[in-house]
Amino acid sequence: MEPARDLVDAPPQLPDVFARWFAGRGWQVHAHQLALLARANAGRSALLIAPTGGGKTLAGFLPTLVELSERGVRSRNLKSTGRALVRPQGLHTLYISPLKALAVDIARNLEIPVQEMGLPVRLETRTGDTPTSKRQRQRRDPPDILLSTPEQLALLLASADAPYMFGTLKRVILDELHSLVTSKRGDLLSLGLARLFKLAPELITIGLSATVAKPDELRRFLVAQPPDGRAHADLVTAQAGAQPIVTMLDTEEHLPWAGHSARHALGEIYAHIKTHKTTLVFVNTRSQAEFLFQELWRNNDDNLAIALHHGSLDVAQRRRVEDAMATGKLRAVVCTSSLDLGVDWGDVDLVINVGAPKGCSRLLQRIGRSNHRLDEPSEAVLVPANRFEVLECRAAIEAVAENAQDTPPLRTGALDVLAQHILGRACGEPFIAEELYAEICAAAPYAALSRADFDAAVDFVATGGYALKAYERFAKIRQDKDGRWRITHPRVAQRYRMNVGTIVEADMIKVRLVRSRRSGAVVPRGGRLLGEVEEYFIETLRPGDTFVFAGEILKYEALVEDEVYVSRSDATDPKVPAYEGGKFPLSTYLAARVRAILAKPEEWRALPEQVREWLEIQQWRSILPKAGDLLVETFPRAANHYLVCYPFEGRLAHQTLGMLLTRRLERARLRPLGFVANEYALAIWGLGDIALHIKRGDFSLAQLFDEDMLGDDLEAWLAESALMKRTFRSCAIIAGLIEKRFPGEEKSRRQLTISTDLVYDVLRKHQPDHILLRAAHSDAATGLLDIKRLAEMLSRIRGRIVHKALHHVSPLSVPVLLEIGRESVYGEASDMLLAEAADELVREAMS
Amino acid sequence: MSQAAPNLAESEGNLIVLSGVPLLADPRGALYWREHQILAVADLHLEKGSSFAARGQMLPPYDTASTLACLSDLIADYSPRCVVSLGDSFHDVGGPTRLGDADRDNLTKLQRGRDWIWITGNHDPEPADGIGGVFHETLKIGALTFRHDPKGGSGEVSGHLHPVARIAHRGRAVSRRCFAADTTRLVLPAFGAFTGGLNVRNAAFADLFGTLAFTAYLLGDGRIYSFTAKRCLPD
Repeated sequence: MEPARDLVDAPPQLPDVFARWFAGRGWQVHAHQLALLARANAGRSALLIAPTGGGKTLAGFLPTLVELSERGVRSRNLKSTGRALVRPQGLHTLYISPLKALAVDIARNLEIPVQEMGLPVRLETRTGDTPTSKRQRQRRDPPDILLSTPEQLALLLASADAPYMFGTLKRVILDELHSLVTSKRGDLLSLGLARLFKLAPELITIGLSATVAKPDELRRFLVAQPPDGRAHADLVTAQAGAQPIVTMLDTEEHLPWAGHSARHALGEIYAHIKTHKTTLVFVNTRSQAEFLFQELWRNNDDNLAIALHHGSLDVAQRRRVEDAMATGKLRAVVCTSSLDLGVDWGDVDLVINVGAPKGCSRLLQRIGRSNHRLDEPSEAVLVPANRFEVLECRAAIEAVAENAQDTPPLRTGALDVLAQHILGRACGEPFIAEELYAEICAAAPYAALSRADFDAAVDFVATGGYALKAYERFAKIRQDKDGRWRITHPRVAQRYRMNVGTIVEADMIKVRLVRSRRSGAVVPRGGRLLGEVEEYFIETLRPGDTFVFAGEILKYEALVEDEVYVSRSDATDPKVPAYEGGKFPLSTYLAARVRAILAKPEEWRALPEQVREWLEIQQWRSILPKAGDLLVETFPRAANHYLVCYPFEGRLAHQTLGMLLTRRLERARLRPLGFVANEYALAIWGLGDIALHIKRGDFSLAQLFDEDMLGDDLEAWLAESALMKRTFRSCAIIAGLIEKRFPGEEKSRRQLTISTDLVYDVLRKHQPDHILLRAAHSDAATGLLDIKRLAEMLSRIRGRIVHKALHHVSPLSVPVLLEIGRESVYGEASDMLLAEAADELVREAMS
Repeated sequence: MSQAAPNLAESEGNLIVLSGVPLLADPRGALYWREHQILAVADLHLEKGSSFAARGQMLPPYDTASTLACLSDLIADYSPRCVVSLGDSFHDVGGPTRLGDADRDNLTKLQRGRDWIWITGNHDPEPADGIGGVFHETLKIGALTFRHDPKGGSGEVSGHLHPVARIAHRGRAVSRRCFAADTTRLVLPAFGAFTGGLNVRNAAFADLFGTLAFTAYLLGDGRIYSFTAKRCLPD
């Protein structure tokens, strides 16, 4: 291996004991491991970008281990400075991982070199599962290395002994940084880091990351930002592994027009599993995982050991799968993004990605799960589930070949997380507003935070931040005579600790397997726990409905307190499909590539015959738009008139667009009846003949798609949008307006909490600029409503709308039209639905 | 609509005949008894926001203003001779003291020129000072009895349960506050801006009505949608 060229100084020598250990294992030190050591020795923070399996974690810990080995056996004596007790040696390194399983796993792996080299190092984990006694001991007598999560860091910082615990800290290692920074957990972590920079002035950081589009943003995350300007950590880039071999499954079967099941390719997927040692089969959603797992077993003539892994399964069951995998007992695991990160597993020699890749960085990270030897290429097969996904797969393969990256940009720090952190700081020790503001602005995501927003957040934490000053006497934090903000009661800190964190999952309900009951009989209790499902999913079920979960077809029996009772069903076709799509929208980058492929017929040669033919007929019947254009087709069908457009901006942005367009069509008296969106297209149908109105000149598509829909129309819709209310709910919980857990009370949250929908309605009416509404709006820009993406699209297509008035359905529109009935939407679940349900009753009664 | 409607609100409400007495269910969640010009609302839970704030959850302090504004619209439309608030009018006994000045003035204005009856509820069991009106545990007028907590008697108009109903259609479900009634008993929806609900398929309703032979009158946008309890989904 070549020595890295970007060293600060000459590459440092490994201490003998390390050199011997590496040699004993038959390993060579990677150049990037030495490079990182050199940065650390020079007292510089650094970001290491390395592919999976590049010895990344060891690289991160190497500087710490070397330093601790040279320090020798630690002294446990305390020294008094007169003001406080100080230890010459305390906590040395803090490691933060996005998954607690990963922290535990890394600790286990790290014990090996520590023991084999006989290093005088004590390392411990601290997660939500760590017993209280051990946590207390860790605060009194911290280990040399602590492995933990962002939430635990927040908790540790919110206690009075944080300066004692972290004052000695030399190093923070942030693992899977590319994944952490894209969420509110990253915001929380950045604020914790800003605090650590204050508590431990000698602190340097090491970030470990997969390849990202903009490494400079991650480099900023790792160091304190100065008040004017930008500071960056150093960058160390590991040598890239061998170029992966990625192919698309060239199916012999009929390629479906729509759907996400990939049912057609089951036999071919099975054949791949059979000819490989261990295969990871990635899918995008839990229900796809369930479906695929079921179907693979249905045809598992060779009885291959195929397992299932997703985030909703019971933890014990997941651990069993992971252990079986690590010991090489499995031939395949069907899994979701629950396995995107972390845990290093045995000898995976094939990754199959079923469905849309969604983004090329995401795909590259999944592919990286196979074959951890850097000098050999990873192998991956993409299995598109429908024709549009073929285009997306093709675009992804090209992007991977070019090593293109499309990771999202760094977030602007969220205000709800800020509020949580401010309360946490007050729980730790009283703060002066000016000082805390300066400290927070050192965190990269909050570098541009205005003083006004900061003050609003403090005001919110104190008394709710209302224009009507009604709650002064109930304040949670209050300024003392020295101007320092402190909590008004120890209870405030206790409740903060119970509610810390930024992960607001949908309310989950436990699923328990029971024996089917005879009608009328009492439901038997206490069956085996299968896992958890979202409450809103269960709300759509009626007793007797069947659905797939935990690899089985289950019948919904009853909801008993906070658990769903289900029984095994003999049904072969579950009645309720649960496609939870659109969690990760198609990346803007891949979308642009897909549009480019469509625009260039000469590139279709690389596509499967069936898809090529489809596009050729589309070209003949309608057109295929130029890469920057938006094609809008109109045609009549049965009694309705259809409008179909193809923005390729992902289901979420399309849904928002659909909501706004139908409002406008309604105002134009074109009587829209419904719409349906998928990742690529949006179809609206109604009674009015749009094409005719365009021809007559009294309606224009340019006006329909005008950006001004993001003004009043959007506002009006947000007032009633269930998605917006869900967004607000998580902001309210993170900011601490609504507490989900109360000390000493085990009652179900239904009894204790108030519906945030009601709070949203009232707040919106009385104080529309409230900090929580602003937080929810900025989440909506990128979250469930994807307004930012929509705005960019509307601006991109201005003056570039191509209208085709057709006499019948176009080939390109078939996939989206096939979604009608599966999940057609119009408006929010609302009065319209009630009216329809009521009418249906009338029809039944009268017929 | 073939018949001339007396006023907008009434034309879109729903008639419920209770023990022979015709009552109008307004889609905004109130009940109007034309014969006696009585407007009844239930479970206002005024000052719920400040009640939570006192315990450390700073809910917006605007719930009382919101609730009174809705009530004010109804009073403007019907000009009732008497308003009956069916208990749990305040979220807790401290509510009347915490009431803000503007809200208190507003309440006083609403009470001007008409009778105002506070039925006591479990959240506000004692008569309170400074909020006007007269206090009753129950109120009997003609064939009807107004009380907070339903006992199942004939002609009973009550609140307390905060009924909501869920209707599923084409794979999606809608949940709304509702009136729950059979021919002799009626439970009003909760009126307060921060009041949640209890599904009509909960055992409490079966206990009250005996069977599922009652109707849920869902509050829609300017309209009531009625469904038999059997058609409504449990939680």
